[in-house]
Amino acid sequence: MIVYLVRRFGQSLLAIAAMAVLVFVGVYAIGNPVDILINPEANQAEIEATVARLGLDKPLWEQFLLFVWNALHGDLGDSFVYGRPAVEIILERLPATMELAFVALILSVGIGVPLGVLAGLKPDSIAGRSIMAGSILGFSLPNFWQGMLLILVFAVLLGWLPAGGRGETVDVLGMQLSFLTLDGLRHLILPAVNLALFKMSLIIRLTRANTREANLQDYVKFARAKGLSSRRVVLVHILKNIMIPVVTIIGLELGSMVAFAIVTETVFAWPGMGKLLIDSINLLDRPLIVAYLMLTVFIIVTINLVVDVLYSVLDPRVRLSEVKG
Amino acid sequence: MTLLDVRDLKTHFFTRDGVAKAVDGVTFSLERGEILGIVGESGSGKSVTGFSILGLVDPPGKVVSGQIIFDGTDLVAAGEKTIKGLRGKRIAMIFQDPMMTLNPVLRIDTQMVETVLAHEKVSRAEALARARETLTMVGISAPDERLRSYPHQFSGGMRQRVAIAIALLHKPDLIIADEPTTALDVTIQAQILAEVQRLCAQSNTALIWITHDLAVVSGLADRLAVMYAGRIVEEGRTADIIGQPLHPYTRGLIGSVPQGKPHGAMLTQINGMAPSLLNLPEGCRFRPRCPRADEACLVDPPLSEPIRGRGVRCVHPHLETRDEVLAS
Repeated sequence: MIVYLVRRFGQSLLAIAAMAVLVFVGVYAIGNPVDILINPEANQAEIEATVARLGLDKPLWEQFLLFVWNALHGDLGDSFVYGRPAVEIILERLPATMELAFVALILSVGIGVPLGVLAGLKPDSIAGRSIMAGSILGFSLPNFWQGMLLILVFAVLLGWLPAGGRGETVDVLGMQLSFLTLDGLRHLILPAVNLALFKMSLIIRLTRANTREANLQDYVKFARAKGLSSRRVVLVHILKNIMIPVVTIIGLELGSMVAFAIVTETVFAWPGMGKLLIDSINLLDRPLIVAYLMLTVFIIVTINLVVDVLYSVLDPRVRLSEVKG
Repeated sequence: MTLLDVRDLKTHFFTRDGVAKAVDGVTFSLERGEILGIVGESGSGKSVTGFSILGLVDPPGKVVSGQIIFDGTDLVAAGEKTIKGLRGKRIAMIFQDPMMTLNPVLRIDTQMVETVLAHEKVSRAEALARARETLTMVGISAPDERLRSYPHQFSGGMRQRVAIAIALLHKPDLIIADEPTTALDVTIQAQILAEVQRLCAQSNTALIWITHDLAVVSGLADRLAVMYAGRIVEEGRTADIIGQPLHPYTRGLIGSVPQGKPHGAMLTQINGMAPSLLNLPEGCRFRPRCPRADEACLVDPPLSEPIRGRGVRCVHPHLETRDEVLAS
């Protein structure tokens, strides 16, 4: 197990290194930030001074090495726009996005898995067909449009929930969290539902397909022949088997939810990381973009690592092959 | 005393292409402690007969008519609740592929304890003790260690032993074994056969052994029922059927078994293929493949009893003496 973890950890580091090169070179290629940042009336000497101050006069490889060196010391550079460390700015926004993503994740798993199992057990029933039809809407309608529709119905027509922004927050261990207050929760519901809908549809379809498959397996029939209640057959025998692919998808999707909640955050004016990224791209704030992408990579790689460890908890066959490996 | 009495059982599958009559009027009975072999080729309805008794026919299949009287109760009329109480408790089942019957992600102890607890209100420790005892009974050494293992850590034969142990947990009156040795190699097959025979004799458990392998079942069963296209075409005591098969199909089956033939002798084969259950031939279902068929076979033959204790569904049964059969 330890050998496996060490090897898996090495792979993660490699992925992060490869991503660092791609991100840095990619961002370098998208234009000169000085043109945007500097006062249009500045003279040549001032421009050159700024370029030198930002380190943009050095060749690409030198800039990259400097970036890596600083990154290893936990410094991903200062934002051109805010003049403060980029990581600091992102981390300020991180709790808002994390909170949104986790609530969305809980919603999509908590609703998606039961609905998927139901649709898988009774694929031809009215309920099963409705769930499938609903899930098609869930992942084929554009996310931003769903968000706007949610605002239209629940905020404008019904007036039940606020249309955007983040509610009252509470300080928990230095993080500003809003789901602990009623006002915060009211603000959180719509964006979380919006972010959850797509993932929920995905989970429903995945769970349904796996449930249908598992339901035909001999071990399920054998479990019934043993006289077990259908409840136990479904909740223990089927569910534990289908959780393996579902956990994979949840892991992948949690990463992408944290990283790319951009659309939802924009529609609902949610002050998270996604909105920060959009603003930074508009201003060509290179260190911030790079820091954001690096942090995203880090989060996704970490989640994948956790998922791999979770596998071995869920599937005893994986544990055995690890021992051999 | 009759334990199980199946009368005119019909289980049909309502598919898009039509109604498949997988089991179409099967009648047989079973005494306590008796071993009945149901023999037939794939698609003859033998497995579906087994699943019908347990009420485990998957949709689109359905028991459409008939009676399954188990110890005085008609399971077809009684409904799901009654059958659920019997499943695993008084009627147990062993499946064909031991690689597939145990849940791969649950430990053996979980799978055994849940079976005990499904029918009896005992403590976990008691259930575990029972599981340990039963594993020892089916010849698994170091049961404590085995209980904490997962199915993938077992060989096929061991898994089938575990499945048998699970079937035996409640000392059932009847075990339905659906080709349980087909997926095992020959030596293990022989071991399992002997084991099952011994355990059933010990506890006076009746056994229905479903198989396509006449050689396996002939050494095991007290009586045989030969199925063809959803019906029993012949039944009787094992020795009688093997010695003097009355139905041309049974005769064909016995002729195609290599056992007991001189080395190098040609095996006989049954011409043609089993009919589609969606489109059965008129009259006797074996007619298109039967060497003895004539116009009389266009009328569906009833189950007759040309010899005492022998049932056969044929217009022209082989009533020649045993010597003639062997000579021909």
